[in-house]
Amino acid sequence: MDATAIEIMKTAFPYGQFTEVLDTVVIDVPEDKLHGTLARLRNYPDLDFSLLLDVTAVDYLHYPGHTGDRFAVVYTLRNWKKNRLLQVKSRVADPVKGVVSATDLWPAANWAEREVFDQYGINFKRHPDLRRILNHWQFQGHPLRKDFDIENRQICLESDSLEGPIKERLAQNGVDESTIKDINTEVMFLNLGPSHPATHGAIRILTALDGETILANVNEIGYLHRGFEKTAEQRTYNQIVPLTDRLNYCSSMLNNIAYVKAVESWMGIEITERAQFMRVVLSEFYRIQDHLVCLAANLVDMGGLTNYWYLYNEKEASYDFISRLTGARLTSSFTRIGGMYRDFYEGWEVDMENQLKDIEKGISDCLALVLQNRIVHERTQNCCAFPGETALAYGFTGPCLRASGVPFDLRKDAPYYNYEAFDFNIPVGTNGDIYDRMMVRFEEMFESMKIIRQAMKMIPGGPVFIDNKRIALPSKNEVYGNIEALASHFKLIFDGIQVPKGEWYDSFEAANGELGFHFVSDGSGQPYKCKVRPPCFYKMGGFHEMVEGEMVADAILNLGSINIIGGELDR
Amino acid sequence: MALGLEAKLGDNVLTTKLDAVVNWGRQYSLWPFIFGTACCAIEFMSAAASQHDISRWGAEVVRFSPRQADLLLVCGTISYKQAPILKRIYEQMAEPKWVVAMGACASSGGIYDNYCTVQGIDKIIPVDAYISGCPPRPEAVLDALMKIQDQIKGESLLVDRHKDFKGMLD
Ligand code: SF4
Repeated sequence: MDATAIEIMKTAFPYGQFTEVLDTVVIDVPEDKLHGTLARLRNYPDLDFSLLLDVTAVDYLHYPGHTGDRFAVVYTLRNWKKNRLLQVKSRVADPVKGVVSATDLWPAANWAEREVFDQYGINFKRHPDLRRILNHWQFQGHPLRKDFDIENRQICLESDSLEGPIKERLAQNGVDESTIKDINTEVMFLNLGPSHPATHGAIRILTALDGETILANVNEIGYLHRGFEKTAEQRTYNQIVPLTDRLNYCSSMLNNIAYVKAVESWMGIEITERAQFMRVVLSEFYRIQDHLVCLAANLVDMGGLTNYWYLYNEKEASYDFISRLTGARLTSSFTRIGGMYRDFYEGWEVDMENQLKDIEKGISDCLALVLQNRIVHERTQNCCAFPGETALAYGFTGPCLRASGVPFDLRKDAPYYNYEAFDFNIPVGTNGDIYDRMMVRFEEMFESMKIIRQAMKMIPGGPVFIDNKRIALPSKNEVYGNIEALASHFKLIFDGIQVPKGEWYDSFEAANGELGFHFVSDGSGQPYKCKVRPPCFYKMGGFHEMVEGEMVADAILNLGSINIIGGELDR
Repeated sequence: MALGLEAKLGDNVLTTKLDAVVNWGRQYSLWPFIFGTACCAIEFMSAAASQHDISRWGAEVVRFSPRQADLLLVCGTISYKQAPILKRIYEQMAEPKWVVAMGACASSGGIYDNYCTVQGIDKIIPVDAYISGCPPRPEAVLDALMKIQDQIKGESLLVDRHKDFKGMLD
């Protein structure tokens, strides 16, 4: 972060302790100053941290050498215009009493704090709706606490009725009990999901309708909560790579890369040039894949099945290339800390170029059906529009934020892997409606292809893995041939790569937006904590605001257009 | 899987002939309900798309109402939060019905051996075919479909399947 910003903050928060970790500034503040600090960070024009990225907590129960309060909460903030990344951290003296909620500052805090409450049992005072979010309502205990046993399985006998929350939401929107019952305006409750073709996975959307118009909406997630974070605490760093495949499974490689990048930046590993270019090529290729699936599904919801074939066939064809490279179709697990699992195969350039040509054709065929199509226009334009400011307040990032006219993209604003060397544009929308969200995705695919073609020209030769015995596995020849290599192989597999003690946050522009990882390491081969900042969690958190006042059929399209992927949403 | 006839006819040549005709019909017009929750559902999408084309087995009429379907394809991880819903969907399907567990998660919990994941859907509902893989290739889905077709061939109107299955939520 720039020195001026740090100066301003140091004068504004004399009680805070400042540290710099990677490109993040961390301010440690006393518990009673937490809310005040956050409020000033949000509201001071020269600080302007308009984006709340994530809220999480750390349980220091088993952390070596830790004294004092067991829990701490961490708020991760960003000023996207000036590329300032900040974490505000505060100890929590008593989890039952908790800390003051930040929901009044950023609505994004609503779901984020619910998750902390659910996973760590930390209370947030003045939070409007502090319920469990990922785990079911009959669940006992808080899974991410260190004294919670990972095998403490708990059966859920029936789903939550959600009657309370929807009534409350109706009241907030000015519909009182008598209107609900009045015969002329009788409100109908309609439940979509969690098993419904339009929910694209397992999400539950409960709406209160007047005719077809949505008066109030509440959503329940967590149906695909698979305990990623708890499981990751029991794996070595490289063993987590396959778990990251299954976060956003439409673009598994992006998660692989984001994850290893986060670990590498902390360890100060500079991967080889070739590996960097490989990661760029593959990131952009997978970004295209992700957008293809999203748009295909979105257009099916609109009734345009032909588009599904046009777009999905290209995805299917891409699997040929992907499986030739990685050995798997969907779950690639292709990165390792320190480089790539292996190099491109011989002749990949031709395959890639053919793929790109086919994809271009598929997209153009689809666009020919969509661009001038009046039905598409009328169903998507000015529908579920979300202004830029609101989108930021809800923590939107990625294509959905850009569709609302905010040109924030980490590849431009905080470039990594030589992104500054490529010539590409960031498409932005104007209205933030469904149409813009779709079109931004279409345009982004063309931009990604541009990047891939440039990177293919620039990619240098050389190794794809760093030469460091503490990180890279020795070759099989050596393992079978000499005892040192055998011992080092054994240690790297069993104990894992030793990651220095500390806490850090690192982010990556994934297909859906900013994918961040917040790690706490105790110096061993397994992370003490590994928290994902999933882009679509925050989009879903703003869903009710997008659809209230719209028709129920539009809500379906809207859900498709924000591209919710269960694995990433619920982890 | 009663049609109501067997009470009158019992086990005789008419019912066995009827079995053959009915089973033949059922085999080649399975209507699947896709209970897709996670990554495996994306591979089902591939199985349904042009290249693998599930319609070659007569099972392309994907239904999203359990009342219209007779093949429940569970594609993806089932969490404890999801379990009561899966059971409800299964119960809403009319007999005769078959269940396929697609992928490691649905079959056994897969890589998720933890507090929130059901260790195989057969803890909740009876399963007829399991598909290994994480995720299975689309061809494996087609293979499971053929297994179900084979199984149907040998079934009889007189025998009720899974009458005394007791799951975790029963
Ligand atoms: S079996 Fe593998 S691919 Fe299928 S749902 Fe489970 S984790 Fe995903």
